[in-house]
Amino acid sequence: MLLPQLQRLEAEAITILREAWAAFRAPVLLYSAGKDSSVVLHLARKAFAPGPMPFPCLHIATGWDFREVLEFRDRRAAELGLNLLVHTNPDGLARGINPIDSGSQVHMNVMGTEALKQALDMHGFDAAIGGARRDEEKARAKERIFSHRTAGHAWEPRHQRPELWGLYNTRIGPGESMRVFPLSNWTEFDVWDYIAAENIPIVPLYLAAERPVVRRGGMLIMRDDERMPLEPGEQVETRWVRFRTMGDWPLTAAHDSRAETLGQITHELRESRTSERAGRLIDRDQEASMERKKREGYF
Amino acid sequence: MRDLLRVLTCGSVDDGKSTLIGRLLYETRAIMDDTFASLSQDSRRHGTTGEDVDLALLVDGLEAERQQGITIDVAYRYFGTAARSFILADTPGHEQYTRNMATGASNSDLAVILVDARKGVLSQTRRHASICSRLGIRHVLLAINKMDLVGFDEAVFAGIVQDWERFAAGLGFVAVQAVPVSARFGDNVTARSAQTPWYQGPTVLEHLETAQVDDDAIARPFRLAVQWVNRPDQHFRGYAGSIASGTLRLGDAVLVAASGRQSQVTRILGPDGDRTSASAGEAVTICLADELDIARGDLLAAPTARPQVADQFAAEVIWMDEAPLLPGRQYLARIGHLWISASVTAIKYRLDVTTLAHQPARQLAMNEIGLCNLALVGRAAFDPYAENRATGGFILVDRDSNRTVAAGMIAFGLWRANNISPEGLLVDKAARAALKRQTPKVLWFTGLSGSGKSTIAKLVEQALHQQGQHTYLLDGDNLRHGLNRDLGFTDADRVENIRRVGEVARLFADAGLIVLCSFISPFRAERRMVREMLAPGEFIEIFVDTPLEECIRRDPKGLYAKARRGEVPNLTGVSSPYEPPEQPELRLVTTDRTPEACVQDVMEYLAG
Repeated sequence: MLLPQLQRLEAEAITILREAWAAFRAPVLLYSAGKDSSVVLHLARKAFAPGPMPFPCLHIATGWDFREVLEFRDRRAAELGLNLLVHTNPDGLARGINPIDSGSQVHMNVMGTEALKQALDMHGFDAAIGGARRDEEKARAKERIFSHRTAGHAWEPRHQRPELWGLYNTRIGPGESMRVFPLSNWTEFDVWDYIAAENIPIVPLYLAAERPVVRRGGMLIMRDDERMPLEPGEQVETRWVRFRTMGDWPLTAAHDSRAETLGQITHELRESRTSERAGRLIDRDQEASMERKKREGYF
Repeated sequence: MRDLLRVLTCGSVDDGKSTLIGRLLYETRAIMDDTFASLSQDSRRHGTTGEDVDLALLVDGLEAERQQGITIDVAYRYFGTAARSFILADTPGHEQYTRNMATGASNSDLAVILVDARKGVLSQTRRHASICSRLGIRHVLLAINKMDLVGFDEAVFAGIVQDWERFAAGLGFVAVQAVPVSARFGDNVTARSAQTPWYQGPTVLEHLETAQVDDDAIARPFRLAVQWVNRPDQHFRGYAGSIASGTLRLGDAVLVAASGRQSQVTRILGPDGDRTSASAGEAVTICLADELDIARGDLLAAPTARPQVADQFAAEVIWMDEAPLLPGRQYLARIGHLWISASVTAIKYRLDVTTLAHQPARQLAMNEIGLCNLALVGRAAFDPYAENRATGGFILVDRDSNRTVAAGMIAFGLWRANNISPEGLLVDKAARAALKRQTPKVLWFTGLSGSGKSTIAKLVEQALHQQGQHTYLLDGDNLRHGLNRDLGFTDADRVENIRRVGEVARLFADAGLIVLCSFISPFRAERRMVREMLAPGEFIEIFVDTPLEECIRRDPKGLYAKARRGEVPNLTGVSSPYEPPEQPELRLVTTDRTPEACVQDVMEYLAG
């Protein structure tokens, strides 16, 4: 039995998911196989029962995803019979864009943001459903649940539509689209509590294990393959670590942890004094970087 | 008690709102160390607090906000204690952002209203309180901040509370808790202050944790707006949506509000499968015993407590767009899950949210609130907002830009359709007017004999009639020969003549008619008397301003010629005075203009 608080959040998310399906021509669920999109996927399956989830899933693969994330993604897609679309920016691949030589900003812009826009345009999706939450970051804190994007996928933070009651304005013009965030009002705790209560499978990287890591710039980076050269003086060590958030592996920091169960994760979180996005290297590049990335079309 | 409380905060940075929120977040450990570190960095760049961390930057997340040091948009903050979780909608205090406050208020259970102890209840405080009230918030925490700057003086606190009570008496708040606070030093925010031994009440956080915000949606009649019809195969047909109010049990009778058809509930599916009942706030899919024509946008309701079904209603409208509200223009309305074309047919008044006074208005500018009549192209089911927030609110969307231009709270339906039982319906002026779908008015044409009053009045009546309006024209021809045939043309008789005309016009307006009166009516006092017989805004004085020489030249009845010969003793303008209106609603200059052009002026005025 869910806590009343989670029941309310679950009901709200289901309503948002149904609205996305009822109001748009071609919605898609952005599925990164991370904890948040795993929760959205779980909610979407509930929202349309007894029928199947009616829209496809889209994964933007950058070429630098954790191997365990890709394995998990494919396993879940097979188990649930998902219509999974995977897109990688072919221009970026041809140009050899990567997070190590190109820098995190260029890499994320080309392989993340541009790739997403390509995929949305290619398939003609007019609503992209994602797992972003308002408690993650201060620009997200101001974003709408149904968040309008121009024909060029840009977010215009100063021209957001007021969102009153549950009366979402789902009207869009030609070429425009909507980003839809069913977990807007969830906190990181809510997500973990819900995963535990509903027994939702997650990528094992969220749980502590002995993993090979390199200490770089005060962060623990897991060396998932040989493409990341070691700098002088760096050496790979095996430590008990886990990840709080999933991104491209060279851009995502692990932290020391012995939390091997969901219960231990939530306990660790309640003791933590750092925010979820502290482990994301890409957010630190510049002040207000999230808002800028979002304005350009980043999820 | 519910374990999730949605809170709205109102006040400006000057009131110390951001400091209060920052302190709540920090002391409930909702701000993490790395966020705080980057905040310290930001403070040095954009901050206004010198060496101290500027907590306002925590809340002002958009670049433009940080650069300009203002809050533009609603931000949502999340924090929790062992007792409750909170979703805090933080809204800016500036007047021009009323729309954001309304947005935050639409989803909140309780409002924290900040008052600067040095300044007391300001017009801003009044504005915040009345917007909260109009959006249906019934619980208020009045945080009287900066108590440190008034020496924690109990008398200052008590004086502000008294001012507040005087103002807020009519706003419908069921519970108001005033707390003396110093957000900067933390007094009575999360910990009790030693500085206020005279204050026995809760701290801000204690009150938020324990406030009894009864969710009475479950106690109200059953309502479910159909969001989507789920038909995965030919064996299953379910209606998906959130229960807006009430409780639904298997076997219950359910009414489709618009069609009046009924059926019984055979299945209720919740997020985890079959249920025997479900209540307000739950997202469900329900199956009915009969195959009825039900689509997205329909409202399912308890047959014993039906919603209103109408194609016209009166509503309080909050205008949110830079382009003003134009009566007559078509917008798209979203009521529940129904999208329907709608136009504002009349702005009854604009509300001064500070004084609560009603002002006449032809349009509404951004952030203004007005009571309007709206007409839909079809019928919709709804409840008055005061009875049900979930089924009584709507938004208006611009058809071209798709911007959300307004939010509305329905007051009452204007055109009651056939499924509403007529007994008990008071037949009054509003009801009669509603049946005619018009607003009663008295168009009073005044001017010299031969000025063109009657010609124009007759043409205006024709034009109104062609628009389907119910009218009646009163003039000397139909009154002087009957009701007023005992009256002559002395000053006293002229006054009595106008008094009787005024009374007849008042009765006809009460019958719901648009009355046109064409009388010389030379005296200001009598015209004012008629104006005062009628409801505010109902009397429209139209001065047909034709110079005497032109009237003498026209002389359609030969009166001026007769007067010259001494056959008419009291002709206005010649041997009897005419007092021109000082502030007519409309002045028509007839020289060099056709009567048709003047009629056009009148029609444009009436269209607003």
